[in-house]
Amino acid sequence: MIPEFGFFALILALMLAVIQSSAVFIGLKTNKSSYVNLTFSAALGQFVFMLIAFIILVVAFVTDDFSVAYVAQHSNSQLPIPYKVSAVWGGHEGSMLLWTFILSVWGIAVTLLNRSLPRLSAARVVAVMGMISIGFIAFLIFTSNPFDRILPNFPLDGQDLNPLLQDIGLIIHPPMLYMGYVGFSVAFSIAIAALLEGRLDSTWIRWARPWTLMAWVFLTLGIMLGSWWAYYELGWGGWWFWDPVENASFMPWLTGTALVHSLAVTEKRGVFKSWTLLLAILTFSLCLLGTFLVRSGVLTSVHAFASDPTRGVFILGFLALVVGSSLLLFAVKAHRMVTTGNFQLVSRESFLLLNNILLAVATVVVLLGTLFPLIADVLQLGKISVGAPYFNMLFVPLFIILLIFLAPSPVVRWKKFEINQIIRSSIPVFVASFVVAAVINWIFSNEMSLSIVMVSTLVFWVVLNLFKDILVKVKFKLSLNSLLKLSSSYRGMVLAHIGVAMTVFGIAYTSTYSIERDVKMNPGESLTVAQYQFEFARTEPLKGVNYRGTQGVFNVTKNNQLVTTLRPEKRIYNVRNQPMTEAAIDAALSRDLYVALGEPLKNGAWAVRVYVKPFIRFIWLGGVFMALGGFMVMMDRRYRLLKKQHAGSQVADGGVVTS
Amino acid sequence: MTPKRKQRVLIIVLILSGVSGAVGLMLYALQQNVNLFYSPTQISDGEAPIGPLIRVGGLVLAGSVKRATGKTEKLSVTFVLTDNNKQITVQYSGILPDLFREGQGIVALGRLQKDRSILATEVLAKHDENYMPPEVAGTLHKSPSAMHVPSTNQ
Repeated sequence: MIPEFGFFALILALMLAVIQSSAVFIGLKTNKSSYVNLTFSAALGQFVFMLIAFIILVVAFVTDDFSVAYVAQHSNSQLPIPYKVSAVWGGHEGSMLLWTFILSVWGIAVTLLNRSLPRLSAARVVAVMGMISIGFIAFLIFTSNPFDRILPNFPLDGQDLNPLLQDIGLIIHPPMLYMGYVGFSVAFSIAIAALLEGRLDSTWIRWARPWTLMAWVFLTLGIMLGSWWAYYELGWGGWWFWDPVENASFMPWLTGTALVHSLAVTEKRGVFKSWTLLLAILTFSLCLLGTFLVRSGVLTSVHAFASDPTRGVFILGFLALVVGSSLLLFAVKAHRMVTTGNFQLVSRESFLLLNNILLAVATVVVLLGTLFPLIADVLQLGKISVGAPYFNMLFVPLFIILLIFLAPSPVVRWKKFEINQIIRSSIPVFVASFVVAAVINWIFSNEMSLSIVMVSTLVFWVVLNLFKDILVKVKFKLSLNSLLKLSSSYRGMVLAHIGVAMTVFGIAYTSTYSIERDVKMNPGESLTVAQYQFEFARTEPLKGVNYRGTQGVFNVTKNNQLVTTLRPEKRIYNVRNQPMTEAAIDAALSRDLYVALGEPLKNGAWAVRVYVKPFIRFIWLGGVFMALGGFMVMMDRRYRLLKKQHAGSQVADGGVVTS
Repeated sequence: MTPKRKQRVLIIVLILSGVSGAVGLMLYALQQNVNLFYSPTQISDGEAPIGPLIRVGGLVLAGSVKRATGKTEKLSVTFVLTDNNKQITVQYSGILPDLFREGQGIVALGRLQKDRSILATEVLAKHDENYMPPEVAGTLHKSPSAMHVPSTNQ
């Protein structure tokens, strides 16, 4: 009976979402202010029923209720409890439930933390979020009900969770990613509400920035976790494949990054207003597009699990409705957004504009590469796929240009600046960066690679310029105290940009200096890769909770000193009889040692994958820095999102938060 | 022209030239890196070009997977792909994915050789054992002219 309650909860949530999205507009028409409050109450109610539905599904998984079809397909009584919980989002229906639940979480957060905004404006934002909820709850109810039963002959045990998903990375990666995806619905709703209202003043922007940053932080972490998971779990050591589904998350990240920057300009200088609104709309539209691509199975992708085409049609219809109506609204209303500032060609505004253009171009590159196979298919040009070289060929120059302009940007002032000043202040730092880059390259590889020196010069140029700017800001009195006096948003900016530099550095070194060997090895044999000797000592049988298999033991030595012992595994999961490679990795900042077992060959030999990957950790560490930076900007005093909550409603309606 | 106008024109020119440059580059890159998909039947009928990187998909024929024996370090393997109509031999050197097994639908990326075999640089099997690559599902049992929008199984 309990799973049926889950379904009822979804239906109730749908009804409340309808009220949430319409009450404020009815109130406006009929001049009843109580309707405004109804919007907030409905949002609260919607959250409660989504929570109930979600908990009921979790309980169904934990208690092995295999009469529920979704549980039977994605769980098994042998599955360890943490994986039973994460199996909730291991398949289509459950991950859509998580998506929609997270949407209601953002809805309730906006409902509770909106005191700095006029009440009517806040109600409009919550109402727009309600409209998105309607679409997704209806999607769940009509096409993807996770509470469907198999009655009366339900299976005695489940078909198990895909072994690839039985991993810590997959417990946290989807919720993080969804927090990011769905989080941009707030920025979107703010943009729509601002367009409806016909104004976008500094109160709006100030209020929109932390929400957008929070979504961006989650999306950054989500993508980073996904890349890290793919690296160690897929068993072939890549960290990015330009797979359509990865691209689907990368596109909103690119526009989201542009949005975070253009919001900063709009807040400080009152320019780029319509562009900011358009970016907010586009970012969320790309999130919806991503959901469509993943959930419809139209594209060949490692993530494309068997799926049902009617769902794709539903999401495509919803996507068309959302994008179409919001762009129409934008076209009709955007001209009312009056720009209040102006700026010269050489100014911080221009630099940020350039950042936005480059990120927009990058988005178009990914969009074209991702959708081209679909377009070609519709146009009967044959079944094609776009290879990784396409993306690499375009992304490398784009990001080099981005870095060239990012590096000197800390010194550039708002409104007007002299190009000579930029050159004068940057050249010494550039020379220093070149020396550092060349020396590091020489120490690392005993040679100079032109491309590596070039890219890492830019990387150090970015970092050293930031350091120099900090020194100037604290008047060359570097201490913890003086650093803490800098504003949180400034420190966050520095951290995030250092993160970008780290990621680029990691990518450059890893892709140039990684050594990858796939070989046949017998126990007792060794293989030399870089300065490391990998000795395949022996294999041992392996027995886990719900799998069995073989474990290889590899002793890694360098100059006859034991560095580490790696134990890669080849697991066979009992229920599906599905093999799984568990790579063994010895991680360090400067290099990863990576060993994975391929398949067993004749006479006890194994196919073995041995990699040495320099500086690969920098790729994800850079992501952590970016996210941390974004978080710090969000915590800046002038937004005071969280403090407002504790302080209660001290600020009168329509009041502007000042710090 | 006033200085302000001049500046605006300059910005617009910059943006336009940037965008057209980017689009040009994009199309060039796309042209270079698009891989067409062929079924074993199409390859047998001589529709696929010899030389460029192509993708071929089908079911791995039972009993056709042969690892090279001998003392080499190399991991050479050959197997046969079928669409239940025609067959094509694939040569590959390296580790096969976990879900590569006989009867499974897979996609190989490689170059067609003069002897009508494929020298693969990459072999892809998807992460779900029930999953069939849409292209493969679309070509099974069918004549090549009947290829439509990819249909998914299940």
